[in-house]
Amino acid sequence: MNYNVDDNGFYGKFGGAYVPEMLYQNVEELRQNYLKIMAEPEFQEEMQLLLKDYVGRPTPLYFAKRLSEKYNTNIYLKREDLNHTGAHKINNTVGQILMAKRLGKKRIIAETGAGQHGVATATVCALMGLECIVYMGEVDIERQAPNVARMKMLGATVVPATSGSKTLKDATNEAIRDWINNPEDTYYIIGSVVGPHPYPDMVARFQSVISEEIKAQLKEKTGTENPDYVVACVGGGSNAAGAFYHYLDTPEVKLVAVEAAGLGVDSGESAATSVLGREGIIHGSRTLLMQTEDGQVTEPYSISAGLDYPGVGPLHAHLHQSGRAIFESITDDEALQAVLELTRLEGIIPALESAHALAALGRIGAKPDEVIVVNLSGRGDKDLTTYLDRFELHGK
Amino acid sequence: MENRIKALFEQKLQGLLSVYFTAGYPNLEDSVPIILELEKNGVDLIEVGMPFSDPLADGPTIQQSSEVALRNGMTIPKLFEQLKGIRQHTQIPLVLMGYLNPVMQYGMDRFLQKAKEIGIDGIILPDLPLSDYVREYKAMFEQNNLSKIFLITPHTPEQRIREIDSHTNGFVYMVSSASVTGSTNGNAVVNTDYFERVGQMGLRNPGMIGFGIHNRDTFSQACNHARGAIIGSAFIKALAQEGSLQQNIQTFIQSIKQ
Repeated sequence: MNYNVDDNGFYGKFGGAYVPEMLYQNVEELRQNYLKIMAEPEFQEEMQLLLKDYVGRPTPLYFAKRLSEKYNTNIYLKREDLNHTGAHKINNTVGQILMAKRLGKKRIIAETGAGQHGVATATVCALMGLECIVYMGEVDIERQAPNVARMKMLGATVVPATSGSKTLKDATNEAIRDWINNPEDTYYIIGSVVGPHPYPDMVARFQSVISEEIKAQLKEKTGTENPDYVVACVGGGSNAAGAFYHYLDTPEVKLVAVEAAGLGVDSGESAATSVLGREGIIHGSRTLLMQTEDGQVTEPYSISAGLDYPGVGPLHAHLHQSGRAIFESITDDEALQAVLELTRLEGIIPALESAHALAALGRIGAKPDEVIVVNLSGRGDKDLTTYLDRFELHGK
Repeated sequence: MENRIKALFEQKLQGLLSVYFTAGYPNLEDSVPIILELEKNGVDLIEVGMPFSDPLADGPTIQQSSEVALRNGMTIPKLFEQLKGIRQHTQIPLVLMGYLNPVMQYGMDRFLQKAKEIGIDGIILPDLPLSDYVREYKAMFEQNNLSKIFLITPHTPEQRIREIDSHTNGFVYMVSSASVTGSTNGNAVVNTDYFERVGQMGLRNPGMIGFGIHNRDTFSQACNHARGAIIGSAFIKALAQEGSLQQNIQTFIQSIKQ
């Protein structure tokens, strides 16, 4: 079974580029150039230097001793939370901003959910001196205020998306409309492995540094580069794509993709696409999608703005359908429990998104001699207000 | 029976007016009354919009009308039920326009058969890629005598325009500028160079200009460069005015044509 994208831009039957003619030229320009540009030695050199000295890579692979004791197994955390700007998102924005420059684009647009991708985009735009416009759902602007402040500090314009559920899906719609309106000078930095081909593949490649490092680091620590499990949360699925990438063709490494169940998969307030979705088209890609019987996209729900998305990247739809990855769904409450657990056992406050991956540890049933790598995709600074509210820590 | 779109372009050589409306807006049962009223006022062709929750190529006006229509309960089966029997009342060419996902869920095969039964003449699905159409659906469209209308933009290269033209029958939908629907650039339809370039290509299909056409000036400018023009957002705004459906339609169409 092939888990990588094929020549036509598909992962099995998922993927493709279902875009209106207004976007065809832009997407086609990128499709024809992305692999060529990424293969240029100067491009690689510039990117690697930025990843090392600016982002702070490689990020540590940390053996979480007390967490391991609790679950009676061996748990390593891939510390993407220690990247500059606090999440894995910057791996991709560094790559794409260099791509945008090679293509001669002057104006950068992006969508954001939790705000981590927006911050990472605003950051590289400041670094390169490029104009930056970030679309963000009105609801998310409210619940992720610290990231909105950071984007403003960095000189980005944050535009509220006020249609639909006013979250990530709607922010993505607005960014795509902006791109239709500004096809010549504008580059769209998509933050996840979603959207029309070649975006899912390009973003996965930029994020693949995560599993590349895990392999080398795990080999150094344990003598083998293959863990028994790699666990990552999935909204659109970029951190999972990066953590899985170099293990896709190693079947003995079990891949665990963790979705947000919200208030529960049967509650009507959920974002667990693999359970609730059917094949359809969203944001230019054929994938699994939460929708009504009539094909209208439904409003997802999760406490985590970064997982609050009704679709999933086409790679993950393929991993789900082919059985290559195990899909779990974690409720808001379970994720919050995992936040507190990691904070108190290891002194690391995780992002709400990453907490969903941590909460799946109890579901895996790993043996004492097995090794689990959890991709700790981001840190929890942006979620502190939620945490203080939910853990009733105000005024203590 | 001959396709009504083809017949229309054979009969009328210039100044064709096509109007788009979102089915289910302003009220669920307005589809047939709007069609009949548009015909009565001398419109040449009608595009019936099938509302979608995430209309990527549309500006705020059509987004909002789609939201209202969906809230009112519009669905593809509902629309087909409303349009059943329409051919006993009018022979105006009818085109269904919508996004791929709802059609995919209904089933393309079933959708095209049903459209034919009702007497629909053409289909526009902006996010259905040309390559998918040619590979999977073209034969089905032809069997059901349905035109598949594709869009081109100022940025579409000549070779691709020719390819699109070779797979289209009906007309080529010339998007006036790089924009979503409903963007208006004052009273100017600026892309004269693009219109002339396409005009000189000698395409098999007639061209209709759409996006940003919103009043008499822009309509007549567009008609100087193509066989006619398409109005959508401006018409939907007119439907939201106070007054009866009949009055609003009459007032708006007269303001364009006179």
